[in-house]
Amino acid sequence: MDALLQFIFSGMTVGAVYALVALGFTIIYNASDVVNFAQGEFVMLGGMITVFAHQAGLPLPLAAVLAILATAALGVALNKLAIEPARGAPVVSLIIITIGASILIRGATQLIFDKQLHRFPSFSGDDPIRVMGATILPQSLWVIGGAVAVFVALWLFFTRTLTGKAVLATANNRVAAQLVGINTGWVMTLSFGLSAAIGALAGVLVTPITLVSYDVGVALALKGFAAAMLGGMGNPKGALLGGLLLGLLEALTAGYLSSQYKDAVAFIVILGVLFVMPQGIFGHKSTERV
Amino acid sequence: MKLAIRTTLGILAAGVALPIAAQAEIRLGASVSATGPAAFLGDPEAKTIEMMVEEINAAGGINGEEIALTLYDDGGDPNKARTFATRLVEDDEVVAIIGGSTTGTTMSILDVAEDEGIPFISLAGAISIVDPVRDYVFKTPHTDRMACEKIFADMIAQGITKVGMISGTDGFGASMQAQCSDVAGAQGIEIVADETYGPQDADMTPQLTRIRNTEGVQAVLNPGFGQGPAIVTRNFAQLGFDIPLYQSHGVASDAFIELAGADAAEGVRLPGTALLIGDLLAEDDPQYKVVTEYAAAYRAKYDQAPSTFAGYAHDAVALMVDAITRAGEADPDAIRDALEETQGFVGTTGTYSFSPKDHLGLDLTAFRMLQITDGGWKQLD
Repeated sequence: MDALLQFIFSGMTVGAVYALVALGFTIIYNASDVVNFAQGEFVMLGGMITVFAHQAGLPLPLAAVLAILATAALGVALNKLAIEPARGAPVVSLIIITIGASILIRGATQLIFDKQLHRFPSFSGDDPIRVMGATILPQSLWVIGGAVAVFVALWLFFTRTLTGKAVLATANNRVAAQLVGINTGWVMTLSFGLSAAIGALAGVLVTPITLVSYDVGVALALKGFAAAMLGGMGNPKGALLGGLLLGLLEALTAGYLSSQYKDAVAFIVILGVLFVMPQGIFGHKSTERV
Repeated sequence: MKLAIRTTLGILAAGVALPIAAQAEIRLGASVSATGPAAFLGDPEAKTIEMMVEEINAAGGINGEEIALTLYDDGGDPNKARTFATRLVEDDEVVAIIGGSTTGTTMSILDVAEDEGIPFISLAGAISIVDPVRDYVFKTPHTDRMACEKIFADMIAQGITKVGMISGTDGFGASMQAQCSDVAGAQGIEIVADETYGPQDADMTPQLTRIRNTEGVQAVLNPGFGQGPAIVTRNFAQLGFDIPLYQSHGVASDAFIELAGADAAEGVRLPGTALLIGDLLAEDDPQYKVVTEYAAAYRAKYDQAPSTFAGYAHDAVALMVDAITRAGEADPDAIRDALEETQGFVGTTGTYSFSPKDHLGLDLTAFRMLQITDGGWKQLD
């Protein structure tokens, strides 16, 4: 029994990490249908900048805020310098641009910072919390809480605010959105800035658990992307549940079946779900008007 | 016609350049993985090779001749390593090669070196590099198998025979996992649990819980590299195990204690080289001088402590320089013969004695069993 609970705690921890990354994909995807493969790099930057700002003497909260702002600025710059000039290009080209951007960011980070692994202290210490024989670290609760908070904020943003609806409208039909007075250029800038900020926030929260180095972004983006696809791309609820589900699947497979097959089982389940529900669990059916 | 002229010019240029080169410099080649996925190995290695060549040249070179170093970065790609090795031999006309940060790149360079008859000292771990012995190929790092043997010997001394193993699925972890499983039986160790994790995984408590629930397990061994072992160590502390945790030489660095946290890492045992505990060595320790001098020079130049891997490069350069000095001439075959005759050469990794049958030249004494105590290192044997 305590073993099962331990597996669930582990799955929740890892799943919340995936969910945070997956949530970052949501905004840009909703605004432009582009899957931003530089999202993992935003997460990595959140961790790296916090580490180095903290080492330079800034208190941890201030270093974290700085990292989030700097990464958001980079997200805006990515949109202005690479995505906007390619406006009108097919979505696939834009996705490839984001892959290029991720390689560039990784290389630059390697040069500006370093190639070592880093970590900063957990927010609430490292003493495990014991629940019925199983243990969970306080930082895991921060990550799970962070994922839920970002989810609620995004959900409110998309359903309760005019700006959020403008983002959705832009994705739906850019020309029509412009006709009703939505500044679509500004919506794109906003969505890249917000996505980058969410990514960086994820990086700040998960670094005490996962550690950070210039190349952690790729694996995080891949798992986050898988989680987002599983839950339904573009839906914050899907990102949250997809992430948690993926994490739980991995932990339970590692715990009960074999750790050798943990990634394989997770991806087989994803494939299975996508065969039955190609839009993901919470994805909406898209209709192309001819 | 144009081609003919160019060829003639080329021959002329070569004819003029060669004699000068032969008098004034010893051409040393290197190909390491300074960037890419194996940068953690190649970066400190490249830094060490450059630093040592500078030092040697500043001190007057070898037998009065300066070393001309050609250093390539193969990015961990075996194909690039092969290209660079060929270029080193054919274009740069080096008399010896150092490098091959990973086993993959080493295997590429090794073919070229063996075919062309150029002595090559590898910086990679696999035993297959020097077993079977190849005429021109030597290596400085101890093998994974030796690390396993050292760890198991310590376990037996503690009365431990049943071990749970949790290894990374990266190259380092997978290779060492296979070697440890292979030698365990011969040393009287039984592997009762065998778990793995991906190199980028964030939490290993499920695997560790399985090991904890395995009957009779007396110790946990974690062959791995990078963030994995740090996370395993933290999870191990989180789950409150009351049996010892053994790590591999792959994490033997101060950075590991920092990443895992001094509290979680308390009591972890691992095999490491003298380089890691330079400050703790007795002054009459044979490795004291070479280790402290190298570490001080590296710190002064790069403002960080040299890693175990940097030490492999140090030993490779030092062995090569020693062989060239004894050979008395910059001739690949003479250097090879001198290398093979190396006896009792003290490096940062251990004391090397090569023979026609042994191109690694280290024994288990090269490893020192260490324990992490109060956020620092303590030597156990």
